[in-house]
Amino acid sequence: MIEVKHLNMEFEGDTVLNDISARFEKGLVNMIIGKSGSGKTVLLKCIVGLLTPTSGEILYDGRNFLTLKTRELRRLRRDIGMLFQGSALFDSRTVLENVMFPLDMFSRKNSRERRKRAEFCLERVGLTEAADLYPSEISGGMMKRAAIARAISLNPKYLFCDEPNSGLDPKTAQLIDELIEDITKDFMMTTIVVSHDMNSVINIGDKVVFINEGIKEWEGTKSEVMDADNEKLNDFVFASDLFKKIKEAEDIISEDKKG
Amino acid sequence: MSFIGSIESVGVYASLMRRVLSIPDRMREFMKEFIKGVYLLGVNSIWIVVIISFFIGAVIVLQIALNVDSPMLPRFTVGVVSREIILLEFSSTIMCLILSGKVGSNIASEIGTMRITGQVDVLDIMGVNSANYLILPKVASFVAFMPVLVIFSMFMGLYGGYVICLVLGTPSVETYIYGIQAFFRESFVWYSIIKSMLFGFIIASVAGYFGYTVKGGALDVGKASTDSVVINSILILVTDLVFTQLAMG
Repeated sequence: MIEVKHLNMEFEGDTVLNDISARFEKGLVNMIIGKSGSGKTVLLKCIVGLLTPTSGEILYDGRNFLTLKTRELRRLRRDIGMLFQGSALFDSRTVLENVMFPLDMFSRKNSRERRKRAEFCLERVGLTEAADLYPSEISGGMMKRAAIARAISLNPKYLFCDEPNSGLDPKTAQLIDELIEDITKDFMMTTIVVSHDMNSVINIGDKVVFINEGIKEWEGTKSEVMDADNEKLNDFVFASDLFKKIKEAEDIISEDKKG
Repeated sequence: MSFIGSIESVGVYASLMRRVLSIPDRMREFMKEFIKGVYLLGVNSIWIVVIISFFIGAVIVLQIALNVDSPMLPRFTVGVVSREIILLEFSSTIMCLILSGKVGSNIASEIGTMRITGQVDVLDIMGVNSANYLILPKVASFVAFMPVLVIFSMFMGLYGGYVICLVLGTPSVETYIYGIQAFFRESFVWYSIIKSMLFGFIIASVAGYFGYTVKGGALDVGKASTDSVVINSILILVTDLVFTQLAMG
């Protein structure tokens, strides 16, 4: 479980995150949603340590990430897997070499075992056939799958995904969502997904945190999102015509039932 | 760049070098990157060193032969002076100025692209010392290969002079060969090699710094690459002046 307590972040006097507190549960897909520029990626970067917050606490299973000693921090980092918006695969390495990289750096397994583990991860994401290809030779969806395989190669406890569906067609986006959900349940990971895609929220979001202009506006489950009594969340969710129509249909059905 | 900005950059460079010059996380991975660096930065630079050295060597001999034409000076002076120029300055300083364009921009753009596409962040999140992993093998491989490039440059420069003597006949090949052997001091070769290794460190580390600290997009990577060449050129010339005074003065 990851817990964020009273997190504040300022950039040159501008408040980007304002007193954010939230809990992200183990074995669940925890989603941070919000408009572009709302501060959700900054929050994720603070949680993974790419940015240092101005104040607050970040607890990984009770351990404060911000006060850990270098050695403990490096150890904890090996339990973290991250999927970036642009996949961030190493261009000069093949897909298999990308997946093997964390193993080469940190695993004590021998070369054969490392390769076997990387092949297992590629098989898990359905990418065995692309093992010897370079990132420039595969599609965006395949890149995301390769990045997921790399993120899980060291069997991490925590998985972070920054806009995993950006730039993907709806079908591929759904496949990536399902993959993230399956991996989270299979390996009992604490997964945090940053997204502004409401389809992802409905598909896989076990728990949802809504951020608006650096403030946590709402927290709940995906089933509560559609009926939440929060104007800003409603503005965000029903900005899409599809969700507006779903909501209207649900309202008609519930009125019919009452009638 | 403002004065305070420059001082700040020196501080950032120094703190980056502290991270770069530490023991690698995995020696096996370091060696892989080191060997890759030797090939990409060193072996791939041989052709440009060979071509430039040959022609500049030929031009140096030609210029000296045409302009130092006095009955007071023996003809083998052309060989002596050409050798000293090639050994002391051309093969180390001028060659490094040229290599700062090729190798420096290569390093800055490679690491800069990795930075803006999030590949450096991936390393940081994994707990890899990204500065050490990305920059140290490049610095080490380039510095280690530098003596080879310098020796190639010296040989090809002198050979270029030989060919021009062969073609024009003035001075004669025999006089030229006598000249390049006359009053020879081996210490000049070592001086040149050590100086070029120092320049190699400057080129790779400064380019690594510019690439590693890129912020923004593709345009900024291009700017970082250009800046690294400009700053490297200035640093090489200043260091050359100081090093020459310290070693020869």
